[in-house]
Amino acid sequence: VLDFPGGKVAFTHEIQFISESSQERVPCYSVLDDNGQQITNSHFVQRGSSGEDVSDMVTLQIMDNIYYEAQRQGRLSFYATTIGEEAINIASAAALISGDVIFPQYREPGLLLWRGFTLQEFANQCFGNKSDYGKGRQMPVHYGSNKLNYFTVSATIATQLPNAVGAAYSLKIDRKNACAVTFFGNGGSSEGDFHGALNLAAVMEAPVLFICWNNGWAISTPTSYQFRSDGVVVKGRAYGIRSIRVDGNDALAMYSAVHAAREMAITEHRPLLIEALTYRVGHHSTSDDSTRYRSAYEIEWWNKARNPLSRFRTWIESNGWWSDEAESDLRSRIKKEMLEALRVAEKSEKPNLKNMFSDVYDVPPPNLKEHEFVVRQTIKSHTQDYPSNVPL
Amino acid sequence: MSAIIRGAGAATALSTFNPVDSKKLAAPSRTNLPARSKRYIVAGSDASKSFGSGLRVRHSQKLIANAVATKADTSVTTGTGHELLLYEALQEGLEEEMDRDPHVCVMGEDVGHYGGSYKVTKGLADKFGDLRVLDTPICENAFTGMGIGAAMTGLRPVIEGMNMGFLLLAFNQISNNCGMLHYTSGGQFTIPVVIRGPGGVGRQLGAEHSQRLESYFQSIPGIQMVACSTPYNAKGLMKAAIRSENPVILFEHVLLYNLKEKIPDEEYICNLEEAEMVRPGEHITILTYSRMRYHVMQAAKTLVNKGYDPEVIDIRSLKPFDLYTIGNSVKKTHRVLIVEECMRTGGIGASLTAAINENFHDYLDAPVMCLSSQDVPTPYAGTLEEWTVVQPAQIVTAVEQLCQ
Repeated sequence: VLDFPGGKVAFTHEIQFISESSQERVPCYSVLDDNGQQITNSHFVQRGSSGEDVSDMVTLQIMDNIYYEAQRQGRLSFYATTIGEEAINIASAAALISGDVIFPQYREPGLLLWRGFTLQEFANQCFGNKSDYGKGRQMPVHYGSNKLNYFTVSATIATQLPNAVGAAYSLKIDRKNACAVTFFGNGGSSEGDFHGALNLAAVMEAPVLFICWNNGWAISTPTSYQFRSDGVVVKGRAYGIRSIRVDGNDALAMYSAVHAAREMAITEHRPLLIEALTYRVGHHSTSDDSTRYRSAYEIEWWNKARNPLSRFRTWIESNGWWSDEAESDLRSRIKKEMLEALRVAEKSEKPNLKNMFSDVYDVPPPNLKEHEFVVRQTIKSHTQDYPSNVPL
Repeated sequence: MSAIIRGAGAATALSTFNPVDSKKLAAPSRTNLPARSKRYIVAGSDASKSFGSGLRVRHSQKLIANAVATKADTSVTTGTGHELLLYEALQEGLEEEMDRDPHVCVMGEDVGHYGGSYKVTKGLADKFGDLRVLDTPICENAFTGMGIGAAMTGLRPVIEGMNMGFLLLAFNQISNNCGMLHYTSGGQFTIPVVIRGPGGVGRQLGAEHSQRLESYFQSIPGIQMVACSTPYNAKGLMKAAIRSENPVILFEHVLLYNLKEKIPDEEYICNLEEAEMVRPGEHITILTYSRMRYHVMQAAKTLVNKGYDPEVIDIRSLKPFDLYTIGNSVKKTHRVLIVEECMRTGGIGASLTAAINENFHDYLDAPVMCLSSQDVPTPYAGTLEEWTVVQPAQIVTAVEQLCQ
């Protein structure tokens, strides 16, 4: 035995390499089968009536469809859907409390929805109008709300992971009964920030949940070109982090896993890694046409056979907490509200020009004031070239 | 004696100070300084109004004959005051802020019980604990990102790069998140971090450890940059940077950590956007910062002996430039020499040259001259390394050329 810094290490006298992969892949925790029936002897965390869960999943789906269409019609400049990942969004949200701080990638509007962001607020951000909390500065779907503890989406991949570790560190110092939660995709797990953040979180013993939505694709890159490990879950052990692989399209399993992880994060002050297996039914974004690199059949199969909403709906209906009628009522109501919100947001004024220069610093410094002056002068001499819907 | 108080728009009790008046005010005896040293300066980003720190006041009429300002009398003459080295001044500033505000924390490599590679965080882990003075694994991007996330949730982290060059790894977080998130979130999240560390050419540290990052970061919108050069301004800038709501990058220099100076016992901070008048003069404005300030002052000795009267300004604020102080100087002397350690291409000097030409073209009697390091990686050989950095002899020659 070698007494090495960090602990004792036993010797072996055979040349033996650790295999690059284990015989069996890490199994996937699931509770519901493909038909939405609870699997016998499955364990899950009870939550009582989940009417809100379903309605939020439905709302998310409708929002995605309407906005996607709106972009295709030229009403919106850009959009990215969450289709296929509704269970990850809503079930995770339901397992957290409002004090838990969320650091999203960009496919998690469901958590905002759950926390109370209104359809109008979503629309305002997408249209970048004067009611947008981001003051019209970011592209659509880059939501942020400090009052709902949902940190503004930064487009760079995986940079939110170390940010989340920082937030967890802050919560730990303040001894709060809350954790940081951050989301990222299978592609994001290749970024350096993923590795740095996981390692840092483990060493800091920071209460942070790393939730990876492994949806099979990173734009056109399939997971076989993204990593050669058994997905993302096995990487947790490399950093000394407890991890679990979950069926991301199973709302009950997702809820239970996040709930359990959260408990451990807060009581034991440790990070946890959850790999949620799912599928990106939609395109990467409106700038992508995924039929160019994957079969329509594959997309259809996941959308039909393993649809998170259908499976959960079946289970919930069997418990008497939902019905077809409730669903169709909801759908028509949401659709109407959504279209109205879109209409209002579209017609709404854009933010004032001064917002181009404010918030770069706490107070605009002289050079920015000068820049603003120059811009305004230019506008005065070329009024016809200045957009009419941006107030000065 | 107190500095002139300009009421124009100044909401706080700050004194604005026109360097041209320095001679008038410089004459009174130094025993009036106590009034000045008690004044606290609130760091604000409105450079045209917020002046103070009274540094100019400390230069008496005698100084113009005595070219080396820094040695003789940057000391406080209240009688009290204590002498310390620059790294101790940084540590003192940091400790005072950590005492004052429990949200201030430090993170970086070896900053804990090791006390930091340059001992700036010495003793802090013992006093404030392992959590507030955090040792991180080697992952600059990750722990800078961590600092940003912590800042967004209410802490005020001071992130240390063991060497500024290592922060190249943190560029993504600094540029995309640090600089931008206050803006893109619509003002919902603030990022009051301080990112600091030693940079510049040292003594045979090798190319990778002799980087000058200030020019790389200068374009990033949303951040502020300052460079300290004396124990007095090191402590003052450290404190001001921590109190600022904006992200501030504080550039220290590897070779200046052991500079000794007497600094006030009373609390003080320096204004982040303000340049420092090191030596008032008439013939030429020499703009410099960090270590080059000392090469300039050495050249100034020679220049004074040759009959020149250079005005030396330590620009201190690298982003934004203190164009008010610089402008007043240019309007007086009509000649500008910039002495920097950055590379010739795309350095702070290049940016400053452009700013001066744009703003003060009419006041120049000669083209702005800029002395910088060559566009080469810093060689390890001591003799070569010495010649990548601007030397006093070159400065003297440049001044003579400009003042023909």
